[in-house]
Amino acid sequence: MSWKIWSLKKSVWVFHVNTGACNNCDIEVVDLLTPKFDVERFGIKLVGSPRHADALLVTGGVTAQAAPRLREIYRQTPKPCIVFCIGACACDKGIFTTGYHMVGPVDKIIKEIDPNAIIAYVPGCPPKPEAMISGVVKALSAL
Amino acid sequence: MTITLQNLFWIIIFPGFLFTVAVGLVASWVVRKVSALVQWRVGPPLLQPLYDVVKLLGKETLVPQDAQQVVFKAAPLVALAGTLLLSTMLWRTAISQSAFVGDIIVAIYLMILPSLALIFGSSASASPHAAVGTAREMKLVMSYELPLVLAFIVVIIKTAALVEPDRQLDLAAIAQHAPALSISGMLAFLVALLCIQAKLGFVPFDIAEAETELGSGVLMEYSGALLAIWKLTQAMLLVALPMFLVMVFLGGFATSGWPLAWSIGKYVLILVLVILIKNTNPRVRIDQAMKFFWVYCGIALGIAVVLAIIGNYTGITWL
Repeated sequence: MSWKIWSLKKSVWVFHVNTGACNNCDIEVVDLLTPKFDVERFGIKLVGSPRHADALLVTGGVTAQAAPRLREIYRQTPKPCIVFCIGACACDKGIFTTGYHMVGPVDKIIKEIDPNAIIAYVPGCPPKPEAMISGVVKALSAL
Repeated sequence: MTITLQNLFWIIIFPGFLFTVAVGLVASWVVRKVSALVQWRVGPPLLQPLYDVVKLLGKETLVPQDAQQVVFKAAPLVALAGTLLLSTMLWRTAISQSAFVGDIIVAIYLMILPSLALIFGSSASASPHAAVGTAREMKLVMSYELPLVLAFIVVIIKTAALVEPDRQLDLAAIAQHAPALSISGMLAFLVALLCIQAKLGFVPFDIAEAETELGSGVLMEYSGALLAIWKLTQAMLLVALPMFLVMVFLGGFATSGWPLAWSIGKYVLILVLVILIKNTNPRVRIDQAMKFFWVYCGIALGIAVVLAIIGNYTGITWL
């Protein structure tokens, strides 16, 4: 394991992208920072700019409006970076499968511009914070 | 040759780069840990700031297409160089009392250098968010520089009668007295503490970085190794600025025996005050910050200057 991957596992800075979610997953993401879960124990920190991020937490099934923005944000993120699809919508469009305005899911949009992207899925509507932590752990140990 | 080598040792290993960075990373861990404890969280492990910097060094460094490349890349290096020079100078003054006339003025200049570099770097990044951050940083610098310099003038007046006539602008001579033990000195110390808060970019004066509305503002377009240099600069400032306050206001930084423990106590006191201010205040608007520094701090320092001059003239040391 190279020192780059080792240090990446010790300090994961996440950027939160909402591509048309109902805000339920977003509330659960913010739950991770509360005293009960406190992911800063593991060096996980929410940052304000994709340039600082190591992981993108994407919620929502990607609307036609959000797709170009998601591509742009993925390009702006320095690699190596992990994309987390948080919630049923981001993983597989959820209840919006037949929606006329949905061009997702997230992995399809990301793989259009980077076929080798590292993508992790955390299903649920919304996923529990425990499930997200478990997802992050599994994704990091697969690196 | 040996003198050159010794100077290089001072600048790069002890007490310059490596030592200050090590202390600074521990100090930034203290900031994060105490903030976490205030919020009833556990907080990050001791080596977390080190992990962050190592990780950033290993990441890809992206430079925006429209950015002014040279300025964008040079700005963090200039900031690091200025901070390195400042901290080396302060440590050398503390350890060997070696000084030159007017070094307090050089220190004031070096303290502005990281903010100036930040303004140049972020305005070169061609990002509208960073441009708003730049404007705010510029106004913030203009707000706090005046009270900060006035606070140091109070100290120079207070110590003028106590030191030898030709050493009145000499940090090593000033550091042997503790002006904070008088009314005017205490006022100046409190104002300088708030200016340090703004210089470090901490809440309530993190207007330029404004995570919520500007998405880290001035640092927005920096990534990878360049961001790591900014983080190192901030960590080193976390050592240099409180230490400068200790030397100017609180009677100097001794480096041997029991006085060393006392000096570390003074440094930690300032650090904890900064952290508590950071955790108990909301962010102010830029106009509020300007009004605070120019009107309220200005009035307080005007009173302090008058008191210091009266005290000097009449020989009352506690004024």
